[in-house]
Amino acid sequence: MKKLKKIKIRVNGKIKIIIDKLTLYQLLNDLNIPITKVAIELNKEIVNKKKLKKMKLKNKDIIEIVHFIGGG
Amino acid sequence: MSKDKLIVANKKFSSRLIVGTGKYQNMTECAKAIKISGADIVTVAVRRVNISDKNKPLLMDYVDPKKITYLPNTAGCFTSKDALRTLRLAREIGGWRLVKLEVLGDKKNLFPDMIETLKSTEVLSKEGFKVMVYCNDDPLMAKRLENAGASAIMPLAAPIGSGLGILNETNIKIIRNQTKLPLIIDAGLGQASDATVAMELGCDGVLVNTAIAKAKKPFMMAEAFKNAVISGRQSFLSGRIDKTLMGKPSSPTKGII
Repeated sequence: MKKLKKIKIRVNGKIKIIIDKLTLYQLLNDLNIPITKVAIELNKEIVNKKKLKKMKLKNKDIIEIVHFIGGG
Repeated sequence: MSKDKLIVANKKFSSRLIVGTGKYQNMTECAKAIKISGADIVTVAVRRVNISDKNKPLLMDYVDPKKITYLPNTAGCFTSKDALRTLRLAREIGGWRLVKLEVLGDKKNLFPDMIETLKSTEVLSKEGFKVMVYCNDDPLMAKRLENAGASAIMPLAAPIGSGLGILNETNIKIIRNQTKLPLIIDAGLGQASDATVAMELGCDGVLVNTAIAKAKKPFMMAEAFKNAVISGRQSFLSGRIDKTLMGKPSSPTKGII
C-alpha cells in the first residue's frame, strides 16, 4: 500500500503533522471544532466558511481558529 | 420608562446597561450575573480556540447570542492592524457588524491610543461595521470619531478596571452637548452610584465589567448597577432643580404659629 505523505502545519501556534491534501474542513472536524461558532484564518487570510471543503492544506500552512470568550 | 430605549445603529435595546463577560470565576457565574443585570448587550473578546482541550466550555453555550447581543471587542489590541484583524474575524464568526473598537496605547494605564483608534474607525466604517468606539474623554477627539463614522462614542470614566468613577464630569457634559450619537461611559466605574452619575450627566448608557465581576457579591452588584442605571436615567429625564447657594424652606413660611 502506498504510504501517505505527511506535511507540517501550524494550528493556533502549535505544530501539527497531518496527511497531505487534508482539507481544512477535515482538519476542523478532526479537532472537534464547532464551525458555526468560530472564524478561521489561513496564512493570515480570513477563510470563507462555505469553501472549507475545497481548501486543501499545504506544508507550512498557518491556521488560526478563534472564537468568542469572556471579555470586557 | 418602557418606551425609553437605547438606540445604537438603528437597533433598539431595552437596557441601558451593557456588561462585560470577562473576569468571572466561571461561565455559570458570568451567565447568571448577566441575567440579573438585565443587560441586552454583552462585550466579548476574540481569542484562539483551545485545540488541546476539546471539552472546554464555550461562552455561546452559556450566553445565547440569539437572546443577548454579542458586542465583539478588540480588547488587548495595541495597533490598528490588530484591531481590524480581530473585528474582521469576529464578523466572520457569524455576521457581527455591531462591534466595540478599543485600541490601547499603554500597558500600564490602558489609555486608548486615539490616533490608532481614529484610523481604525475610518476603515471599519467604510467596511460597513457599526463601530462603538472606546475613547478618552476629549471632546475634540470625540468629534473626530463622529466625523469618521462612529456609531457610538464611549469615553472612559477612568482607567479600565480602576474603579475610580467618572474623573472628568465636565468633559463628559461637553461631549454630551455636542453629539447626538449614543454616548456610553465605558471603563473605570467602581460602584453603582458611578453609573447613576453617568446617566444623570445625560449619557445614553454605561458599560461595566470589573465592578460587577470582581465585587465580593457579583450578583448583588449586578442588580445594584441595573437599578442605578434606571435610577440615573429617570433622574436625568425628570429635570433636576437648579442649585442655589442659600437654603429655601420646604414648608410654607405663612401661618407659622
